[in-house]
Amino acid sequence: MVQNIINVRNLSKSFDISSKEPGLNGTIKHFFRRQTKSLKVIKDISFEIKEGEIVGFLGANGAGKTTILKMLCGLIYPSEGSIIVSDHSPFRRKEKFLKQITLIMGQKQQLIWDLPPIESFYLNASIYDVDKFEAKRRIKKLSEMLEIDDELFIPVRKLSLGQRMKSELLAALIHEPNILFLDEPTLGLDINAQRNLRKFLQKYNKETNATICLTSHYMKDITSLCKRVICVQEGSISYDGELDILLKKLSPVKEILIVCRSEDDAKKLENSGFAVKNKIKNEITLKIENNSITSSLKTILNNFDIEDLFINEPPVDEIIGRVLIKKDYDI
Amino acid sequence: MNLRKYLKVYKKFLHTSLACELEYKTNILVDLITAILSLIGSIFLLSIFFQNNRSIGGWEFEEALIIQGIYTILNGITNTWFNPNLTEIVKHIREGTLDFVLLKPIDSQFFISLKKINPSGFLEIILGFFLLLFCIRINEINLNMSFLTLTLMTITCSISILYSLWFFISTTTIWFVKTWNATEVLRSFLYIGRFPLNSFSFSLRIFFSVFIPIAFITTIPSEVFLGLSQLWKILLEVVVASVFLITSRKFWLFALKFYSSASS
Repeated sequence: MVQNIINVRNLSKSFDISSKEPGLNGTIKHFFRRQTKSLKVIKDISFEIKEGEIVGFLGANGAGKTTILKMLCGLIYPSEGSIIVSDHSPFRRKEKFLKQITLIMGQKQQLIWDLPPIESFYLNASIYDVDKFEAKRRIKKLSEMLEIDDELFIPVRKLSLGQRMKSELLAALIHEPNILFLDEPTLGLDINAQRNLRKFLQKYNKETNATICLTSHYMKDITSLCKRVICVQEGSISYDGELDILLKKLSPVKEILIVCRSEDDAKKLENSGFAVKNKIKNEITLKIENNSITSSLKTILNNFDIEDLFINEPPVDEIIGRVLIKKDYDI
Repeated sequence: MNLRKYLKVYKKFLHTSLACELEYKTNILVDLITAILSLIGSIFLLSIFFQNNRSIGGWEFEEALIIQGIYTILNGITNTWFNPNLTEIVKHIREGTLDFVLLKPIDSQFFISLKKINPSGFLEIILGFFLLLFCIRINEINLNMSFLTLTLMTITCSISILYSLWFFISTTTIWFVKTWNATEVLRSFLYIGRFPLNSFSFSLRIFFSVFIPIAFITTIPSEVFLGLSQLWKILLEVVVASVFLITSRKFWLFALKFYSSASS
């Protein structure tokens, strides 16, 4: 049986936030008497993650995804509740724990700007007690997987964003961590670079059985990497489960565009009892529930003269977007 | 703490920061020229003070040069290690890159205090060292083991006090975010350290001994150099340095509990 590697129980986090009124008066007031209020950004959440799982954290900006990741890796101290990651309490930041995890942030970098990435790799290797020969072997293996070679010897400041991100990944993986925390790793990358990064993460997970916790606003990252998603809404978990089930729940019907041989066939189909969205000449769009797609299609193909048909699934971005925007969306 | 690992990592720090600096050759040259001109300027200023008086606060020009020598070494150390690293703390905290430091299996204070070096500061250390050798000749100081031990010990204490003060101020960034100006104020106070403490009024002497311990940073090591310092002053210097080092360490660990990281 696969073990839980992350256990979170009744976790909450509050921050003291100061607010400022607009204008000069507000600025002066803010300078002399700062008004702060405690804001609960994470509210009593609980979840477990199994070893080797890839879990996507979904949520609008400011929902609390990054705060959760930072508490999981031990950067932020929780206000209430408990977190156990690989049998460790993350905030203690014990050496043994730190050697098992890594954090990659799409918008922040750890590579030395003026030097080629290879220098940062060897520096990280010495910090993680990886000897020179082993480091060389790992760099070779990871650079092949990431398809970066010549770039290792070019100063970071001269690399493209995609090459830099790959190098960041390599620097973060030199110690072969078994838990990866990725905070928007594909931010700002072009479509090809995004795809390559996703391919790499899939391969890394398959080869090492590493657990991956991922936040991203690119739905393609989530759909191609994560079977399971945790939706975070205003600091609470609104859904924790399989992505497919979520999508089915949020979008229970599919739209099927059927092109009939003649207008008469289209008329017959219109009156056959299916839910019709619209009909233009010999083209008719039906709304069919996901669980009866196969049987419905069989009936249509056997009883009507069909020229062509298209199944339209609403884009995942659109479906998930509905959840993220609407506060009281019932999942 | 695994000393061998830390030495190995420090060797890497030296290598990477030297490589970074060597990327910009002109900058190194400018820094080197600035260091030489700054020392010449300081000695010239000191000589103006002594033009009409043979001695100031009981210190003659040849003796005051020792303070200048120690100050130059300390300034070199500041420019080599403290300035490039401790000013970065503010950047780390504002931009949230302290996250990467805290998640490394290495002491965070070690990492942020020693990651970078500015090689041009070495020249100041060498110049200060030669100035001290010159002072040994003109002041006819006898070189012996106890002299060398006490001098090294007090200079080490000076470096510890200076580092702790700077580190303490930089740590407050975790709450106040922007405290860069405070380190600049500290540096400007340190300029005072080029002059003998006795040349100031009583109240200023108290201020520079208690609040900003300039007396412990340059004057006491200089007195030791001349064989003028009493034992209690040396012991006090050791105690002050230890208290400063321990306090700055504890303060850093305490401050980290309040680190909230920057938003993404």
